[in-house]
Amino acid sequence: MIPELGLFALLLSLFAALALGILPLIGAQRNIPAWMAFARPATSAVFLLIAVSYACLTWAFYSNDFSVLYVAAHSNTRLPLMYRLSAVWGGHEGSLLLWVFMLAGWSLAVARFSRQLPQAMVARVLGVLGLVMAGMLAFVVFTSNPFDRVLPPPAEGRSLNPLLQDPGLVYHPPMLYMGYVGFSVAFAFAISALIAGQLDAAWARWSRPWTTAAWIFLTLGIALGSWWAYNELGWGGWWFWDPVENASFMPWLVGAALIHSLAVTEKRGSFKNWTVLLAIAAFSLSLLGTFLVRSGVLTSVHAFASDPRRGIFILMLLAIVVGSSLMLFAARAPKVSLGGAFALVSRETLLLINNVLLVVAAASVLLGTLYPLVIDALGLGKISVGPPYFNAVFVPIMLPILVLVAIGPMARWKHDEPKAIIGKLWPAAVIAVLAGIALPWAAGGWNGAVALGLALVGWMVAALVLQAADRFKKPGAATPSWWGMQVAHFGLAVFVVGVTLVLNYQEERDVRMEPGDTVNVGNHQFKFLGVRASEGPNYQAWVGSFELYRHGRLLRTLHPEKRNYGMGTMPMTEAAIDVGLTRDLYVSLGEPLTADKENGAWAVRVYFKPFVDWIWGGALLMALGGFIAISDRRYRLSVKRAAALAGARA
Amino acid sequence: MNKFVWPLIIFVALVGLLAVGLNLNPREVPSPLIGKPAPAFDLPQLANPEARFTPKEMQGRVWLLNVWASWCVSCREEHPVLIEYAQKGALPPLVGLNYKDKREDGLRWLKRYGDPYLVTAFDADGRVGIDYGVYGVPETYLIDKAGVIRFKQIGPITPEALEKKILPLIKELEK
Amino acid sequence: MKPLMAVLTALALLSGALAKEAVPLAEDPAVEQRMVKITEELRCLVCQNESLAGSQADLAKDLREEVRGLIRAGKSDEEVKEFLVSRYGDFVLYRPQVKPVTYLLWGGPFLLLILGIIALVRYLRRRNRQLPDTPLSAEERARIEALLKDHRP
Repeated sequence: MIPELGLFALLLSLFAALALGILPLIGAQRNIPAWMAFARPATSAVFLLIAVSYACLTWAFYSNDFSVLYVAAHSNTRLPLMYRLSAVWGGHEGSLLLWVFMLAGWSLAVARFSRQLPQAMVARVLGVLGLVMAGMLAFVVFTSNPFDRVLPPPAEGRSLNPLLQDPGLVYHPPMLYMGYVGFSVAFAFAISALIAGQLDAAWARWSRPWTTAAWIFLTLGIALGSWWAYNELGWGGWWFWDPVENASFMPWLVGAALIHSLAVTEKRGSFKNWTVLLAIAAFSLSLLGTFLVRSGVLTSVHAFASDPRRGIFILMLLAIVVGSSLMLFAARAPKVSLGGAFALVSRETLLLINNVLLVVAAASVLLGTLYPLVIDALGLGKISVGPPYFNAVFVPIMLPILVLVAIGPMARWKHDEPKAIIGKLWPAAVIAVLAGIALPWAAGGWNGAVALGLALVGWMVAALVLQAADRFKKPGAATPSWWGMQVAHFGLAVFVVGVTLVLNYQEERDVRMEPGDTVNVGNHQFKFLGVRASEGPNYQAWVGSFELYRHGRLLRTLHPEKRNYGMGTMPMTEAAIDVGLTRDLYVSLGEPLTADKENGAWAVRVYFKPFVDWIWGGALLMALGGFIAISDRRYRLSVKRAAALAGARA
Repeated sequence: MNKFVWPLIIFVALVGLLAVGLNLNPREVPSPLIGKPAPAFDLPQLANPEARFTPKEMQGRVWLLNVWASWCVSCREEHPVLIEYAQKGALPPLVGLNYKDKREDGLRWLKRYGDPYLVTAFDADGRVGIDYGVYGVPETYLIDKAGVIRFKQIGPITPEALEKKILPLIKELEK
Repeated sequence: MKPLMAVLTALALLSGALAKEAVPLAEDPAVEQRMVKITEELRCLVCQNESLAGSQADLAKDLREEVRGLIRAGKSDEEVKEFLVSRYGDFVLYRPQVKPVTYLLWGGPFLLLILGIIALVRYLRRRNRQLPDTPLSAEERARIEALLKDHRP
């Protein structure tokens, strides 16, 4: 019964979304107040219906209803409750339902928090969101129905891939989807503005907090995924330039460019066309990512089971949504005014350069990700493009951005003098050089890459301090918006420290250990005590014991595991990590080397990872910065003030 | 031309590319050995460890080298097809390469499912497989009279693959 | 008690003496290090999303052993890669070779950067030509002052 209810709610939501998509848009175009007013309640209705549908699917998982094919394929009775509930999004159909549920959530939020917006705008934004929802709902209903039954129902379901049975699984996909899907709001605002022929600073002000919010979630989602891989996969890696990782990184880069671009459009009324294009691009990349994961077009560790029919449908959806947006853009963009003038040396120019760099970075990632497909499609052979390419290409593009991060906030809007900027920043340059020369020794030995990385970090951090000193001279000038920027940029610097130091100073030992043996890595010592058998809710495990010493002093005991989830799966390694502010020590069990598992020798891998947590710490700070920025009071303007300001700017 | 049309143009090209991509298989690894001489080897035979087999023995004939293993599930799918066509006399000489298997397991498998092979070579450690670029059993190589590899079937041989690609090519090569 | 204590102490000392610094798993760490460096940039053909260095697939283990053999035989990194490419094709390389087919790949980002900068420069020039800076009139200035006074937070 419940699954049928879920499907029914889904079908109803499709109709509601279509109504939401069509009526308010016509209402805004023809100025029919009743149809425009329909947008908000319709959004609530769509949200409620999808929520009911999602709840039904969750119930099916909770109650182990294996008559539902999707549940039987991704869950079983021995799976702990937390993973049963998160298995809802463990497969293609359920994750799509989550996707569209979140889109409905964002739409509802827009409906709720838009009291100060003119009615026509609200109608258009919600209408566009409704159309996108209708498209995705159609996709789910016609090709990816999670409520399909299987009769007779199996007695037990298949087990969830052991790799996915980790707390990281619970949080990573929802965060990521919140981000991906959240860019639809900026997209909807952009499309609405194009339709209305009304692209102005007010539009940028309204879009900005929504865009930043989506970007925050995406940052957290990507960071969680990276951290999860580091913890779960057992070989200490945290980024693989896998096609699906790239699919989430490209919207992140373009989203960052968009946030900066919106800042300029909001303050100076410039870059309007460019900002609109970025808004369309960010969401298009989200949709492209959705396509790449589910169509079987690229091999990826993340890819869901692919079905050509689904691939075609998503491609059509992508073509329609993005194609029509770009057609609208081509038609309306020439008529958009240019906004305020600015000199060659000004904050506007610096932000424009920053945008170019971020977009080139995103385009390079796209090039590398799709190139094998291009070559194959042209019949020119089969090549692979992997981490060596992306690292070689991405890092050089990022370096100028790191330099600009310090200069941009220092430069004045509209017009500034190079002398003035140099005058403010030269202390930072000095600190940068000193940092580059001196710090690598402290970290573990001089090396060019480290010197460059730390010099840039010194440059950025010194500039932040100088900016703060400058700001605090004027009382009340340090707004949340400014603080957000500082914290986010600081987060970027922290991230660079983490990456630079861990890549250059990490140590790894692959050893054979018998109980009592020790191994040295990174000024620490591990002592192997042996292994004992154990059991978890749905697995058998061999649990190792390792004592961790530094300078002869016992710090703690670590327990890496080797788990067998049965049902024909490969054994899983659960690494044990001692997390520290300046380093992680990581130990994982390999294979037993003798028949006596408890007292015999094992293959053991230990890692010393200096400053690795600064990678995710930096990401967290970036997200925090975004959050602080959104909390700025000025985003809550009344309609009157917004109108007055818009009028005065004419 | 309106310069704002460029994003649309680029996007349309992208969609075209992706549409083509839907029909391709990104996991398939085409062989760089096509058109090159079949790598030489000298292995013991599966049935008779004393006797050897080398591809040189097949010089002057068109033949098929079929890589299989008793632990390979897909091989069981393919085997009846090979037996059927071999019995019809539609296949040229079929040589088996037993890949990373145990001798007893391999022999038992042939006894159970049938033996359409002229002879089966025993590649216990898989080194010959590496030389041939084997990455997923079963795989089959079509080799011509001069000992050059002309075609590689990745995955089980299906009647369709035989009728559409392999048999016509064999006819060509036999001339 | 004493003899027992003596025996126990002896055993403890003995086990302490037997416990040692763990030996590297690899037979030859130098060869191993080179093997890992080479295979980190190669794709595993079975688990196609892992590097040859990390994959636990049987073929990956075989190929790693093959690479160790080649290194011990004195082959250079290039020769090892060539060995694998001649058998499995370019697909096995994570770092695409620089040849006509990949010129656009390797040159692309740089090209895009140049194009971006050119577009930027042209845009800025055109903009500044189209938007001459007009100073405010006294009346406009007064109006702005009034508005700002009105709406100061």
